[in-house]
Amino acid sequence: MNRRICCYLGAISLLLLVPVMVKSQDVLKGSEVHGSMQADATYYLTDPKTGITDSTLDGKLIRMNAFTEVNYSLGNFTAGMRFEAYLPPLTGYDAQYNGVGAPYWYVNYKNDYIDVTAGNFYEQFGYGMMLRTYQEWTLGYDNSLRGLRVKVMPAKGITFKGVYGVQRYYWEPYKDYNRGIVKGFDADFYLNDIFKSLNDAKVKLTLGGSFVSNYQQGATKDIPSDGKILALTLPENVSNYGGRFNLNIGDFNWFTEYAHKINDPTALNNYIYKSGDGLFTNMSFSKPGLGISLMSKWIDNLSYKSDRSVSNNMLNINYLPSITKEHSYALASMYPYSTQPNGEVGVSGTVTLHFPKNSTIGGKTGLSVAGNFSQVNGLKKTQVNDTTAVGQIGTAGYASAFYGVGDIVYYQDANIEVTKKFNKKWKGIFTYLYQTYNKDVVENHAPGDFGTIYSQIGIADIAWNITKKHSLRWEVQGLWTKQDKGNWVASLLEFTISPAWFVSVMDQYNYGNSNTSQRLNYYTLSGGYTNHSTRISFSYGRQREGIICVGGVCRYVPATNGLTLTVTSSF
Amino acid sequence: MKTLRFLLLLTLIGSCTFAQEGVFTYKKLPTVKLKTVKGLPYTSDSITNNGKPIIISFWATWCKPCVRELTTIADVYDDWITETGVKLYAISVDDSRSMTLVAPMINGKGWDYTVLLDPNSDFKRAMNVGPIPHTFLLNGKGEVVYQHTSFSEGDELNLIEMVRKLNRGEEVK
Repeated sequence: MNRRICCYLGAISLLLLVPVMVKSQDVLKGSEVHGSMQADATYYLTDPKTGITDSTLDGKLIRMNAFTEVNYSLGNFTAGMRFEAYLPPLTGYDAQYNGVGAPYWYVNYKNDYIDVTAGNFYEQFGYGMMLRTYQEWTLGYDNSLRGLRVKVMPAKGITFKGVYGVQRYYWEPYKDYNRGIVKGFDADFYLNDIFKSLNDAKVKLTLGGSFVSNYQQGATKDIPSDGKILALTLPENVSNYGGRFNLNIGDFNWFTEYAHKINDPTALNNYIYKSGDGLFTNMSFSKPGLGISLMSKWIDNLSYKSDRSVSNNMLNINYLPSITKEHSYALASMYPYSTQPNGEVGVSGTVTLHFPKNSTIGGKTGLSVAGNFSQVNGLKKTQVNDTTAVGQIGTAGYASAFYGVGDIVYYQDANIEVTKKFNKKWKGIFTYLYQTYNKDVVENHAPGDFGTIYSQIGIADIAWNITKKHSLRWEVQGLWTKQDKGNWVASLLEFTISPAWFVSVMDQYNYGNSNTSQRLNYYTLSGGYTNHSTRISFSYGRQREGIICVGGVCRYVPATNGLTLTVTSSF
Repeated sequence: MKTLRFLLLLTLIGSCTFAQEGVFTYKKLPTVKLKTVKGLPYTSDSITNNGKPIIISFWATWCKPCVRELTTIADVYDDWITETGVKLYAISVDDSRSMTLVAPMINGKGWDYTVLLDPNSDFKRAMNVGPIPHTFLLNGKGEVVYQHTSFSEGDELNLIEMVRKLNRGEEVK
C-alpha cells in the first residue's frame, strides 16, 4: 500500500473525525460545509470549412476545464479551497493552464471589527482603478492575490483594508521575485454613519482613498529595439493611488473615482516613462418609472500589472472596465468593445422608461423602453519634443492633456430596446443597434488592416407561454454591414419545461460574406436538465470565432465544432 | 490494506456525522458587506422579513434570463406579498462596469424589489453561486430550504407554491 495515500486518508479521516470526538462538547455545532463545481468538457470535431484541423487542435480532441470548491464555516471562522483541472484546457484558453492543482485556498476569521484572510483572496478598492482581484471562470481569468488581507472596522461607517500578496499566474509558483509583490491600503468613510448629526440628513456622502504599490525586482532591463539593445533603468516600486466619493441626494447619485500611477514602463505601453491617470464619473437619477445614467471615463496609460513584461490579460492589479453597454444576444455581441488601457476617453448615457399597466402608452399590460448611447475615442497625444516620436520606446512617450479627446473613434454604439407584454401568454423584446467598431484598435491589428466596421443590428425575441409549465422562445436577429464578413442572420428556437428541461436549436448564417466559400451556417443544438442547483447541459455544433467579454476582460474564442457537456452544481 | 479499510470506515463515520448535523444547509446567511443601489453600506445580516419567507435572487443587468425572471415575478409580486408576505431581495452581481446601471434599470422596469449590489461577487462567492440566475428560498427562520439555477417561464409558480407550503408549515424539498 502506498504510504503517502494512507497518510492523506488518515489526515482526512482525522479531520472528519473531529466532529465525532467533540460532538458532545457541541464545539462544532453550527458548522457548515458548502461548495460548488463545474465541468466543461468538449469532444472536438475537425471542420475544414472553418479551418479546424487535427493540427489546430494539436491532436487533442477531448478537452476539459473543471473545478470544485469547498468552503467550511464555523461561527466566525471560514476556510476553503478550490481544485482546478484543465486536461488539457478547452480551445481558446491559454495553454499555460494545462494541469491540475489547487490554486486557491484560504482561512478567514471575521467579527464586527476585524476580518482577516490568509491565503488567496479577491478584493476591490472602490471602483477598481487601483486594485481589483477577481475570478471569471468562463473567461479563464483569475488574478487572485495570495498573502494576507486585514480589514478593520473600528467604528460604524469606517473601514480600513490592507492587502499584501502575490498574484496568481496560471500554475507558476511564486519564487525569487519572479513577479511583483503587491501591497495596498484602502480607507472608506461613510460620513452619515460617522457623524450622529448627519444620520438622518438627506445628503449622503461616502469618501474613500487607496494606495497600491507593486514591487518588481529588476532595476535594469535590456530591451531589443530596432536591432539594438536598449538598456533601461526601471522603477522597482510602482505606486498607483487616488480617491473617490459617492454623493447621494434622494433619487440622485453621483460617483467619481480618480487614480494616478507613477511612470511604469511595460511591454504593454512600449516601455515609456510616463505617469498614468484615470477618471471615472457617473451621475444617475432614477425614480419609479424613469432611470437616467450618464457616465464618462478617461484613461491615460493606466495599465497596472504585477509583471511589466506580461502583455496578455493576466496579472492585472487594477480593473479598467469599458463603459459601453454589454450585449448578450449573439449578433449584438459580435463586435464587443474592450478598454484600451493605454488611452481612451468615452461617454455613455442610458435612459430607461416604464409605462405602467393601464396607462395610455403602456396599454393594458405595460411597456418598457431603454435607450443607450456610448462613444469611445482615442486620446490626443502629442510629441514631447521634436526628436521623439509619440510612444517611442525608452522615452517620456508623449504629452497629453486632461481629457484630451483624439480624433480616432474606437467604438460607438446607439441602441434601443423595447419590452412589451402583449397579453398573459405573449411577450416580446425588440432591439435595434447601430455600432461602429474600430477593429484595428480593439483587436490590436496594424492600422488599416481591417479598418472600422459599421453595422446595424435588429433583434426580435418573442416568448410564448404555451401552458403554465411549457414555453417557447424565438429569436430572430440580423446584422448588416458592408465591412468585415458582411451580413449575418441568426435564429434561435428554445423550448422549456419548467422547472427542469430545455432544448434549443440555433443557426447563425453568414450569408453576406464576400468570400462565397465562407458563407457558412453555424448551427447548434443544445439541451439541458436542471434539478435544484445542479444543471447538466450539452451543446452540439459549430461555434463561430468571436470574442467573449465579461466585465472589462475579453477572450478570443476560435471557431470550434463538436460536442460540449457542461455540469454545474452547488450545495 | 487493513489500515486503509479502517481509515475509510472512519471517514464514513465522519461524513455521517456531518450529514446528521445538516452541515449542507445554510442555517444562517454568511455575513458579507453589500451596497444599496444608492451606494450606501449594507450588511447581508439585514436581509430579513419578520419571520416570513425570503427569496434571494442573484442577477445582473446583462443577464437576459435573470432580467426575464425578475420581470415575470414583478408582474405578480404585489399579489405575492399580499397573499404570503414573502419578500424578494435581488442581488446584482454587476461589477464596476454596469453597477451604476442597476438603479436606473430597476426603476425603469418598475420593479419593487429590495436590490443590493455585490460588485466584486463577495456574497455570490459566500453563497457558492455559479452561473446566474440563481435563486434561494429561505424559511421564516432564515434557513435556506431550496435553491435553483437558471430560469424558465413557470418557475415562478413553483417558487410561490413553495412559499405557500412554508407558510402552512409544510416541508419544502
